[in-house]
Amino acid sequence: MTSALLEVEGLTAGYGAAPVLHDVDLTVHPGEIVAVLGANGAGKTTLLRTLSGLVHGRGRITFDGTDLTGVRVERMVHRGIAHVPEGRGVVTELTVDENLRLGGLWRRDRADARRALDEVYDLFPPLAQRRAYAGHQLSGGERQMLALGRALVGRPRLLLLDEPSLGLAPRVTGQIMALLRDLRERTGLAVLLVEQNVRSALSVADAGVVLALGRVVARDRAAALSTDDDLRHAYLGF
Amino acid sequence: MSQFVYLSFDGLSRGAVYAAFALALVLIWRAARIVNFAQGAMAVAAVYAAYSVTAATGSYWLGFVVAIVAGLVLGVTVERVVMRFVDHSSPLNGVVVALGLVLVIQGVLGIVYGNEFRPVPTPFSRDAFEVGGVALLSRYDVFVFAAVGAVVLALTLLFTRTNVGLRMRAAAFAPDVSRLLGVPVGGMLTLGWALAAAAGSLAGILVIPTELGLHPTAMDGVFVAAFTAAVVGGLDSPIGAVAGGLVVGLLLSYVSGYLGATVAPMAVLLLLVVVLLGRPGGLFSTTTARTA
Repeated sequence: MTSALLEVEGLTAGYGAAPVLHDVDLTVHPGEIVAVLGANGAGKTTLLRTLSGLVHGRGRITFDGTDLTGVRVERMVHRGIAHVPEGRGVVTELTVDENLRLGGLWRRDRADARRALDEVYDLFPPLAQRRAYAGHQLSGGERQMLALGRALVGRPRLLLLDEPSLGLAPRVTGQIMALLRDLRERTGLAVLLVEQNVRSALSVADAGVVLALGRVVARDRAAALSTDDDLRHAYLGF
Repeated sequence: MSQFVYLSFDGLSRGAVYAAFALALVLIWRAARIVNFAQGAMAVAAVYAAYSVTAATGSYWLGFVVAIVAGLVLGVTVERVVMRFVDHSSPLNGVVVALGLVLVIQGVLGIVYGNEFRPVPTPFSRDAFEVGGVALLSRYDVFVFAAVGAVVLALTLLFTRTNVGLRMRAAAFAPDVSRLLGVPVGGMLTLGWALAAAAGSLAGILVIPTELGLHPTAMDGVFVAAFTAAVVGGLDSPIGAVAGGLVVGLLLSYVSGYLGATVAPMAVLLLLVVVLLGRPGGLFSTTTARTA
């Protein structure tokens, strides 16, 4: 296998004195979709927030061979890491077009940022029809498209995606998962996917890690995780 | 009728100043969720800087530029040195620190310049033109309209047509998401404070010559009117701040003209109470406040 894109070793993190994550190890390779699974409160969202620098942690995070310790949150996109947070993070007061442009403002290559914007409109036709709509006027599915599209305008190499299926109809969730697979095939995008919808996540992921109370309790290929009866009953609830 | 026309133009001229000052309050509220009670004292400090330069050089316009630049510098300083370190877990913390700043700035100005009122010149005549025997506007009123109009236009273009404006709006509405998208949120906040303080300084240098003169507390009354204007318009709405400023200016002018100047402050407070009771988010608010 190719060398790792993201390597996390011994990551401990949390809010205030009480750690939420304990000694987490994780690896994501280029073009790989890794699902992070677990119950509410397992530390999935905290893991993504720590990787993007919103939460301080101890341990070692390496991206493409470079240590990310001390890298500020706003510099992560420059490294190629895009984070679509829980609840999508659409800026509801801004229009669809402004939200998407915001995703590429940090880029020096303005021409490619414009190309990426056009590609996102091609990828999500409903967004193209609603360019001037404010974020709060969009449906849940459209907001998820907007959040994903905004991340893609930055042409990331790793997408940290937090609960994309939250509040969405199964059909829309299925479309988003299919899109992730398609993006991986076409662009080599790696995805660290946090999901409560375990079946949906494992259907698209190559590998998965299971968190319980902030610790990694299992890691394997997605197919193996979905057929491990003990694990499914104990941690995954299906 | 002629008195009504005169009072209307006078009210709009005064309202334009309140609009600029209310806009300053709204800019900081949107960016930092703080009502900057120190805005008046900061504006007075900038006008004192202008006063010193004008006194030394004899140039009003050099002093005018210095007031705006001093406002920018004060805004950056207050945000970087003081407000950035305020614990925002309670909204009162920022208010208390801002009130403390008022005391410090006014105290320092009193020590340096003394507590007497100093006359400040205007670059144009304040004698009103007469059209058909009705006094309308002075050349200074026209200058006030033009200056405030230019600032409102420039800020509107900045926020709606530029990438910096888009970053500033995003940073104000969703700071964490903006950081994830590469927006330097701290820098945008500093820029917001700088622009707001400059707008406040502009209001100061426009209004102080028309009142009793320069004094460490010269903007206290203006602050009350502009704060009312900002609340009337909706603290989140720049358009509301401008409209609120004009409404408060007109109200003060009519009440002063028809009922007497001593009643005017009460009219402003009455307007504030009516708006807070009837539409607490302000007339231009797009959000609905909880009532229970």
